Amino acid sequence: MTEFRVPHPDLPPPASTIGALGWMRRNLFSSPSNIALTALAAYLLWIALPPLLNWTVFKATWSGDTREACQANSGACWVFIRVHFDQFLYGFYPEAQRWRVNLAVLLLILGAAPLFTQIITNAAKVKLGLSLLVGYPIIAFILFKGGLFGLPDIETSRWGGLFLTLVIAGVGMTAALPLGVLLALGRRSKMPAIQTLCITFIEFWRGIPLITVLFMSSVMLPLFLPEGMNFDKLLRALIGVTLFQSAYMAEVVRGGLQAIPKGQIEAAAALGLGYWKAMALIVLPQALKLVIPGIVNTFIALFKDTSLVLIIGLFDLMNIVHNATTNPEWLGFSTEGYVFAAAVYWLFCFSMSRYSQSLEKRLHTGHKR
Amino acid sequence: MNALAASTPLSDQVMIQMDSIHKWYGAFHVLKEINLTIQKSERIVICGPSGSGKSTTIRCINRLEEYQRGRIVVDGQELSNDVKQIERIRREVGMVFQHFNLFPHLTVLENCVLAPIWVRKLPRKEAEDIAMGYLERVKIPEQAKKYPGQLSGGQQQRVAIARSLCMNPKIMLFDEPTSALDPEMIKEVLDTMVTLAEDGMTMICVTHEMGFAKTVAHRVIFMDSGEIIEQNTPEEFFTHPQSERTKLFLSQILHH
Repeated sequence: MTEFRVPHPDLPPPASTIGALGWMRRNLFSSPSNIALTALAAYLLWIALPPLLNWTVFKATWSGDTREACQANSGACWVFIRVHFDQFLYGFYPEAQRWRVNLAVLLLILGAAPLFTQIITNAAKVKLGLSLLVGYPIIAFILFKGGLFGLPDIETSRWGGLFLTLVIAGVGMTAALPLGVLLALGRRSKMPAIQTLCITFIEFWRGIPLITVLFMSSVMLPLFLPEGMNFDKLLRALIGVTLFQSAYMAEVVRGGLQAIPKGQIEAAAALGLGYWKAMALIVLPQALKLVIPGIVNTFIALFKDTSLVLIIGLFDLMNIVHNATTNPEWLGFSTEGYVFAAAVYWLFCFSMSRYSQSLEKRLHTGHKR
Repeated sequence: MNALAASTPLSDQVMIQMDSIHKWYGAFHVLKEINLTIQKSERIVICGPSGSGKSTTIRCINRLEEYQRGRIVVDGQELSNDVKQIERIRREVGMVFQHFNLFPHLTVLENCVLAPIWVRKLPRKEAEDIAMGYLERVKIPEQAKKYPGQLSGGQQQRVAIARSLCMNPKIMLFDEPTSALDPEMIKEVLDTMVTLAEDGMTMICVTHEMGFAKTVAHRVIFMDSGEIIEQNTPEEFFTHPQSERTKLFLSQILHH
């Protein structure tokens, strides 16, 4: 006799394991100690959130142009930020010329936008990226500094605010990554002279604090330069930050290089690819992808470290906020100022972090198998 | 002589000439006086216990390994320390590895066209046409857009063979191409290699697949402790091994 097997029908999962209820059971109330922790967290939020929201939103002053406007409310005086907002963005850059900064930002956004979409092919992205890397700094520098094409010259000492922070961070990141890659390759080179040079460079810059680098670049370096020769303080800071960060970047990249199996290099070599082609086409794409979290970590640290330039008298976002809080007309609003600065830094750093995560997901090609 | 070897006659043109090659790893003498002459279209199988220097020998031919003494001439060009000369020779010598070594960040098709485009300077369109042709020959054209990580081991190894063939090499080196494969996938890779043999490709294959050696090879070479102990036609080698070491090796691999 033939036996027929009736397939078991698919049943819906028990109601208590799905939806919001299921989520809460699993994550908030799964055990007595978890229930206790949930209660404790709820209690802490209960005592911390209302005053925080009151200060930042409900009892804060949003409109007005003078400090008197803030006296009616007990919360934050965001008028202080409003009044100084342009200064926080541009520093002491002349008001009439600020369109140049805006234009440069707009150009960058327009130029780089295709890189973050799927409209163009990867090969076109590489070309666009490289031409941006070479061309954009020149255009941006001409716009910012002026002195050409009838644009009035603006001393770098007048650059400031978020604009200056982005200049330092942007230059630092775009220059430190390629430099770091070269240093990492050099450190793994079979040629002893290059290897020694790279190790010495990396260990020197990693061994000293950034604050020392900045001090040396602004105070000590001019002592060694011949009389009359003086180059820009911002440029010196940029070089200092770049060299400093490239040493960190080199070690991050080296971590990635070491994770690439030797067989990859052998396969590339067996196909007749030379060293640079094998590195550029086979090893680095894989190695850099592996260390995206480390690279972005270094970028975020660099972004925040730019605030150290305040000690050499550059007015980046941090320093310009600090400067505004010492304005006699606006004394007593340092909390608002620093909260604002912190929020801006956080926004940029968090965006970088999110972008790196999406990049990692997109570049994953299932190579772990 | 097996039927395949009989049907593909050798020309007397020498493809690879190895003259008394010696190699040391530190103080360890890995290759001792290796002399080997390989004709065009000849198919050689190298076997021997692990650590006997089989892989090292073939890796010397495309200079993945350096050697300290002796000389190697590949297709009329002598290997030297000149990087350009080494790259020139590598273009003519394809290699298939035990662990496939496909590039995991590139699709199957991109794996195949990379070297033709960057080394042979072919236009992308032409390189892709050639690559699709070879992917069809190894019977996986439908996988062209996939990444290596999405393929089975046997498929990956066939892609690796296609990738080497895209460079239109004169010689193919196989370094234990089936050792990392599950048993049911070994056959598909060996079949691919047999079709290559039928086309008259010069092949050197390090393998333990004695069935492959019997049906395809012109010559079987047995190595032990860095030396060539014995070489002969497959028939003679398997039926009348000369040395004791060869007999011992054959008894071990044929009776399990």
